[in-house]
Amino acid sequence: MILLEILSAVLLAAGTLFIVSGAVGLLRFPDFYTRIHATGITDSAGAGLILLGLLLRTTTWEAGVRLLIILLFLVVTGPTATHLLAHAARRDGVPVWRKGHPRR
Amino acid sequence: MTTFTVINFTLLTILTVTALVIARLRALYEAAMLTALSSLVTASLFVLMDAVDVAFTEAAVGVGISTVLLLGVLALTRSREAVTPRHRHLPAIAVTALTGGLLVYAAQDLPAFGSADSPVQRHPVTEVYLHQSQKEIGVPNTVTAVLASYRALDTLGELVVVFAAGTAVLLLLGPLTHGKRRQNLDLMEYKVLRVVSSLLMPFVLVFALYVLFHGDFGPGGGFQAGVIFATGFVLHGLVFGLDKSQRVLPPAALGSLVPLGLGLFVGLGVVTMLLGGSFLDYGTLLPTGGPAAQHLGILTVEVAIGITVAAVMTSIFFAFAGRRPTR
Amino acid sequence: MIVAVMAAILVTMLLALARAFLGPGRYNRILAINMFGTKTVLFVAVSGYLFGRPEFLDIGILYALVNFVAVIAVLRLTHETESDAA
Repeated sequence: MILLEILSAVLLAAGTLFIVSGAVGLLRFPDFYTRIHATGITDSAGAGLILLGLLLRTTTWEAGVRLLIILLFLVVTGPTATHLLAHAARRDGVPVWRKGHPRR
Repeated sequence: MTTFTVINFTLLTILTVTALVIARLRALYEAAMLTALSSLVTASLFVLMDAVDVAFTEAAVGVGISTVLLLGVLALTRSREAVTPRHRHLPAIAVTALTGGLLVYAAQDLPAFGSADSPVQRHPVTEVYLHQSQKEIGVPNTVTAVLASYRALDTLGELVVVFAAGTAVLLLLGPLTHGKRRQNLDLMEYKVLRVVSSLLMPFVLVFALYVLFHGDFGPGGGFQAGVIFATGFVLHGLVFGLDKSQRVLPPAALGSLVPLGLGLFVGLGVVTMLLGGSFLDYGTLLPTGGPAAQHLGILTVEVAIGITVAAVMTSIFFAFAGRRPTR
Repeated sequence: MIVAVMAAILVTMLLALARAFLGPGRYNRILAINMFGTKTVLFVAVSGYLFGRPEFLDIGILYALVNFVAVIAVLRLTHETESDAA
C-alpha cells in the first residue's frame, strides 16, 4: 500500500510540474503556434499524470472507471481541439513569430 | 482560513474578474466564450457546495448549449458591440450599483453557509424529504425524489416553461417560417475531427442515457440528460453539417417530439387520477404501491422531461444554424 | 499532497485566465479557455479526493464533453461569419 502511495505521489508531483510549466508557457511564449505546445503539455501530459495519480488512490472501482473515462476523453478531445485550432488559425492567417519580432 | 475557504475565494475572484473583462470587451464572440468560462467557474463553485445536481445543469446548459446558441445568434447578427455614448454610462452605472447594493443588502439576511439553525434546516418538511423519503420513495438521491415525486407538479410547470420557450422560438425561426435558408456549412474538411466526432457520438448518447437513468442514485436526471442528448446532436450538426443531421433527425419528427414529452408527463398524471389517486400520485401505478410504484413514476417523468428538453434544445439549434444572417 | 495539486490547478487556472484576457485575438482566447476547461475537469476530480467525496466524477466527464463541444462551436460559427463577410 505504501508503494502505491509513493507512486501516486510521484505521478501527482510530475503532473503538477507539467500543468504549471505549461501554463507559464501559455503566458510567456511569443505567438499562438508556440502556445499550442504549452497547452499540449498541460492538457495531455499534466492532466493525464494527475488523473493516473488519483487513480492509484481510488478505493472503489466506480470512481476508477470514471477517472479512466475522463482520462480517455481528455486524451482524445484535447489534441483534436488543438489540431483544429492550429489549422483554423493558419487558414485565418494568424501570423507566425520570427526571431526579433515583437511578441503577439 | 481553511483550504475550503481559500479555494472558494480564488474561484470567486476569478468569477468577478471575468465579469469585469466581459463588460469591457467589444468583440462579442470573445465575450460569449468568456461567459462559458464563467459558467465553468460557477459550476465548480456548486460542486464545492455539494450542489452536484445544480452543477450538472449549470455545466450542461451554461457551457454547452447556451454558448452554442449565443454564438449561433452572433453568427446571424453583428459580432461587435455598438459603442454606447458616454452620457448614457452614468444612468447605467447608477442602476447597476443600486441593484448590486440591494442584492448585497438582501444577502445580509441569508443564513451562513451550512448553518444548522437556518429555516431550511428547522422546517419539518426537511425531515420528511431527507429521512422519510428513503422509506416512501426509496431513491438515494433526495433531489430526484423531491423534484420528480414530492414536487412533481412544480417540475411539470418548469417543463411547460421549456415547452413554451421552445415553441415560441420555433414559431419565429422554425421550419414553418419563410426565412432565407443558408448554404450548408460543416467542418467536414477536418478529417481528424470527423473521425473523433463519430467515435464520440455513441459515447455521448450512452452517457446521456446513463445520466437519465442514474438520476435516482447520483447527480443527473431528465433535464440534464435532455441537454446532453441535445449537445450530442449539436456536435453532429456542427461537424457533419445541418443537412446530414436533419436526415438523421428530420425537423418534423423533432417537432413532434417536443409536445410528446409534455404529453407523457400530463398523461401520467391523468392515469394516476383514473386509477383513483390524485394528480401525479405514483402510489396508484402498481397495486402494491410503495417504492416500486414511485420508481416507475419517477422514471416515466424523467424520460418525459428528457424527450421534451432534448427536442426543444436541438430544434432551437437547428433553427438558428439553418438561417442566413440578415444585417 | 492533494492540497498541493489543488493549489497548482488554481494557479494554472489564473495563468490561463490571464492569457484569455490578454488575447490577443480570438485564437489565443479559445486556446486559453480550452485549457481552463481542462483545468476545471481536473479541479472537480481533485476536489472530490480533497474533500473525501469521489462520487462526483460524473460531472468531470460532462465538463470534458461540453468543453470540447464549445470549442468546436466557436470554430465553426466564427468561420461562418468570416466566409459570409468575404
